[in-house]
Amino acid sequence: MQTLEPYLAEHPFLKGLDPRHLNIIVGCASNVSFDAEQYILHEGEEATNFYIIHQGKVALEIFTSDRGPITIQTIGEGDVLGWSWLIPPYHWHYDARAIEPTNAIALDAKCLRDKCEEDHDLGYELLKRFAHVITQRLEATRLQLLDVYGIH
Amino acid sequence: MNIAILENDHLQTLIDVLRKRGYQVIGPTLGEGAIIYDELNSTANLPIGWTDEQDGGAYRLKKRNDKALFGYNVGPHSWKKYLLSSELRLWKIKRNGGSFQIATENEAARKFAFVGVRSCDIHAISIQDKVFMNGQYIDRHYKSRREDTFIVAVNCGKAGGTCFCVSMNTGPKAIFGFDLAMTEILEGKNHFFLVETGTELGAKILRLIPHKEASEKEKSVADGVLKKTAEQMGRSMDTANIKDLFYRNYEHPRWNNVAERCLTCANCTMVCPTCFCTTVEDVTDLTGEHAERWRKLDSCFTMDFSYIHGGSVRASTKSRYRHWITHKLATWIDQFGTSGCVGCGRCITWCPVAIDITEEVHAIRESETVIEKQKTIVKEDVHANT
Amino acid sequence: MDSIITDSMIPKPFRIHRMLKETHDTYTIELESTNGADGFPFSSGQFNMVYVFGVGEVPISISGDPKTPKILKHTARSVGTVTKALLKLKSGDVLGVRGPFGSRWPVEESVGNDVILVAGGIGLAPLRPVLYSFISHRDKYGKIILLYGARTPEDLLYKKELEQWRGRFDLEVKVIVDSATGDWRGNVGVVTTLIPRIQFDPLHTVVMICGPEVMMRYTLKELQSRGVKNENIFVSMERNMKCGICLCGHCQFGPKFVCKDGPVFCYEHIKELLGKREI
Repeated sequence: MQTLEPYLAEHPFLKGLDPRHLNIIVGCASNVSFDAEQYILHEGEEATNFYIIHQGKVALEIFTSDRGPITIQTIGEGDVLGWSWLIPPYHWHYDARAIEPTNAIALDAKCLRDKCEEDHDLGYELLKRFAHVITQRLEATRLQLLDVYGIH
Repeated sequence: MNIAILENDHLQTLIDVLRKRGYQVIGPTLGEGAIIYDELNSTANLPIGWTDEQDGGAYRLKKRNDKALFGYNVGPHSWKKYLLSSELRLWKIKRNGGSFQIATENEAARKFAFVGVRSCDIHAISIQDKVFMNGQYIDRHYKSRREDTFIVAVNCGKAGGTCFCVSMNTGPKAIFGFDLAMTEILEGKNHFFLVETGTELGAKILRLIPHKEASEKEKSVADGVLKKTAEQMGRSMDTANIKDLFYRNYEHPRWNNVAERCLTCANCTMVCPTCFCTTVEDVTDLTGEHAERWRKLDSCFTMDFSYIHGGSVRASTKSRYRHWITHKLATWIDQFGTSGCVGCGRCITWCPVAIDITEEVHAIRESETVIEKQKTIVKEDVHANT
Repeated sequence: MDSIITDSMIPKPFRIHRMLKETHDTYTIELESTNGADGFPFSSGQFNMVYVFGVGEVPISISGDPKTPKILKHTARSVGTVTKALLKLKSGDVLGVRGPFGSRWPVEESVGNDVILVAGGIGLAPLRPVLYSFISHRDKYGKIILLYGARTPEDLLYKKELEQWRGRFDLEVKVIVDSATGDWRGNVGVVTTLIPRIQFDPLHTVVMICGPEVMMRYTLKELQSRGVKNENIFVSMERNMKCGICLCGHCQFGPKFVCKDGPVFCYEHIKELLGKREI
């Protein structure tokens, strides 16, 4: 979609991409929006899209039988939601719920996977970027695990 | 400064004069298998004819073949026993209506006269003076005891097996901080003391004791004794840039080595004349109406010492030993302007596993020199073929 | 009994005016002097040694407004023998106070800059006096940002005040918790993740951080990656204290005494120490 290209080009996640690759990604992109409290994806569902959050706030949740849904992390403007689309069997591992009205760019997972298989350079660029996102999340998660404010 | 000669027989007069003036005279005496500090009322209480043999982790009393009164070095006690005291009640408190009322101890004015203070210990006292009387908050207990203390120094006639005052520039000759300083001389049948006055009060006291002026020969004999002592030091420490040496070696592998030996028994902190760390204990009676706060000597080697909620900051033996030695030789300089170590050797003698502070410093310096040498060799090799 | 002599190891009696429950294990204790004195002047960042009759003494940061010293406030969490006993006290009970001791946050020195306060858990308590000062001199500062991380929404301190601060247009307040159940609409995650989400001029910003040491370390990393200079970052350290007046030796942090050179330190002066373990 033409209107998405300038936004995606400037987005920190995709910055520096070859215009050729950017074009491919734009080809798999679409605008989506979610109401507050609306679930974007559910644990176990097939990962058909991943999202770049444009505006709003999304909670990543794990449902527990004794305590109900527990929010493990919230992400917001500029963050990327979902990487299970990269790893077989391509199912989501968490729930994601919009806490506020949220606009995002949805990227068609199958479309992109196929394009990455064809063009390994594109695949490498995307994986490099995802590796960065995942390490940042992992670092933050580890700090959360430390329970620094708890009494030990 | 006046220099006089005091005959051995008249030393008793010194003790009598001091006691008459209300001083509690404290000095070296035999006790608990060592030479310790306790109250003296007669020269007979001194360890006459005794000496000590000290080495890493070893202290033995031995008989001399003369009747020297001060023919030994320092034992497990230091003067902090009296100036700081191991336990001190700071105040009592009682509930009073809805509030409470505190009463402090007004200690009956105790005047101490320390007889037999070695030069290293004079430096130690001066170092503790800086801690307790030179900061923003003055410890009034220390100050009130310290202000009235009369000091009779004794210059060492021999150096101990673990002594290194020469390396630390703290001896063997006492050059400040005393009212009187004596050097014991035994020459054939002659047994006398060369006495220097350090203060007006010292001179005043000396005037009450039979003495005569010292001759040049007697002065030179005393100098000779001290020169010999200085040459006998059992240990030595290179203190050049020692602060930076410690600051850049926090992660040195030597600390792992010491940690395998150290028992964290805290002996070193108990015998060290400058270690000053204390803790505070609040105790209450069974009714809960009365309580007291006590100050007690503490040691950085205990697990509790650095406890904050969650655990101790220094839990490993390695970190605790490293903290003690780094404080003593390096951070003390930034905190108080001098080294915290006076080279008395007590920590070496009284360590049950003979950890030697001078050896640890040496080991770290050595390893740095080796690394520097290796770097030079590599450099030379690189240039060899050009 | 002997007479009372002024002595820095002697606590002064203060009566509890009010015990405000902040969370299940944290209270703000509001104190008044028992002899009707004018109040307790202090600087933000300083602490008192607080004495519970017959139980013991602990260092607690002052968490009130320096502009209203008549009521002395401390926010304390029940973590040990003394604090457990402290939090069982009631309005009207008397406890002992020695202080104020220690170094202060650079409130005046930050004038003209953007200021960021990063608080973790009970670390918000020693920063609250600073925020009060900033608010009462609002026009002297650029952006004022508060980033506050807590364990769960139930562990948030000063809930009412937080809402008020968030409601102001001239303050940016971001709150984040480590974990939350379904009805929390706020951020979840670690407080360091809030830093990339704020805009500020790194060359003209002063940052004040207070919280668990681990949290402070990672916050420092984030700030450095944004270009904030070490000499513009201040942290509040904690160590075991027995006297608070530089005589007991317990609070040593390298060559520094946390009771005298701290608890507030400029990061530039302690950066090597913070990087080392068991110091």
